Amino acid sequence: MSAPIGEIDLHAYVDGQLDASRRAEVDAYLVISPEAFSTVQALRAQNQALHSQYDAVMNEPIPLRLANILRPWHRPSAMAAGLVWLACGLAAGWFAHTLMPIAPAPAAFAQKALAAHVLYATEKRHPVEVTADQEAHLVAWLSKRLDAPVRAPDLREQGFSLLGGRLLPGEGDASPLAQLMYEAANGERLTLIVKRAAQQPETGFKVMERNGNSVFYWIDRDYGYALSGNIGKSRLLNVAQSVEAQLHR
Amino acid sequence: MSDFVDALALQIPRLRRYARALTHDASWADDLVQDTLERALRRRWLFRINSNLAAWLFTILYRLYLNDSTRRRALSVVSDEDAPEAVAPGDIGLQLDMRRVLDKLSLEHRAVVVLIGLEQLSYQEAAEVLDIPIGTVMSRLARAREQLRKLLSDAPLPYSAAGEPTAHLTRIK
Repeated sequence: MSAPIGEIDLHAYVDGQLDASRRAEVDAYLVISPEAFSTVQALRAQNQALHSQYDAVMNEPIPLRLANILRPWHRPSAMAAGLVWLACGLAAGWFAHTLMPIAPAPAAFAQKALAAHVLYATEKRHPVEVTADQEAHLVAWLSKRLDAPVRAPDLREQGFSLLGGRLLPGEGDASPLAQLMYEAANGERLTLIVKRAAQQPETGFKVMERNGNSVFYWIDRDYGYALSGNIGKSRLLNVAQSVEAQLHR
Repeated sequence: MSDFVDALALQIPRLRRYARALTHDASWADDLVQDTLERALRRRWLFRINSNLAAWLFTILYRLYLNDSTRRRALSVVSDEDAPEAVAPGDIGLQLDMRRVLDKLSLEHRAVVVLIGLEQLSYQEAAEVLDIPIGTVMSRLARAREQLRKLLSDAPLPYSAAGEPTAHLTRIK
């Protein structure tokens, strides 16, 4: 003699919390009780509505500030871990094997720029959020989000045309980063990261290299720049000089 | 250690979904995820191997969320900017309304619905996350869902949470 089927049973039924025998009893009851049946349907619809509302969050790119928390904890040899990171789409994981002790800020900036370059420059279908055919909108949007005017240098003389840009999360409370992407006729891509760097001392060009990619980075008049690419250091330096010359005006 | 960090990394998307459903505020949600990851790393020895990592992280995040909520209320910085817009009755999709009505639930009710309905925790796991007896989880869940149902459709569940389960107190509007 089993207990009558109550409301709690119907919830537990929908949530998969009943053992097999109780579940069978509820199954039988649903056939004879239209009320119980419609309750079960309503509960299922609620759960489905929750999923259709929030599941998309799981497919969003993970903000770098979250990925960066775990980065220093990886062992130098954790290459396998690096693969997991990449699988997750975590750009910062690219540097899992470098294990830098608390890196000085400019180097961290260069790392982040390189990681973002690796992540997005290889992207075939969605390399940018806003394409260059809306350049005015792109520049206005990035300027608004950085709360400072952003300009897209013209690199056609160097063989690279503007593909578009996207916004990347900044560190902690810092304002976000603007990423501009350029592409050559042969498919080579460069990315230029622009960030606000008010009250930071200006620096000349510095360079960092990882796995064939290079980044030149510098701070000039309240902006930090990082130009990343896989086109060899000397060619990249040539482009970096042009960027610097155009943006310094 | 590295295994633990990898396991944590794999939980980030789910933690973000959970936090977003609790807060409806992307930057607050990511703040909570960030604090949760940092706390999990500091207290990793408290995590029992082979137990449910997601549930453990949900517990940490829920407590941070309760603390934050209290503080935000005290500072009255709760963002009400995206106040519920007027919704045409009837033909609007259930999922479009879900976000709006979830906002109207108490923190406790929202959490139990999210943990079980969205994150699919068992009642026992939810009891541990919320630090309440399993019986309370079940009654709270029933009340919360009844409230959702009312807000979504203005019609009570045929099995009303207000009545004795066996009494068939059907209130039809």
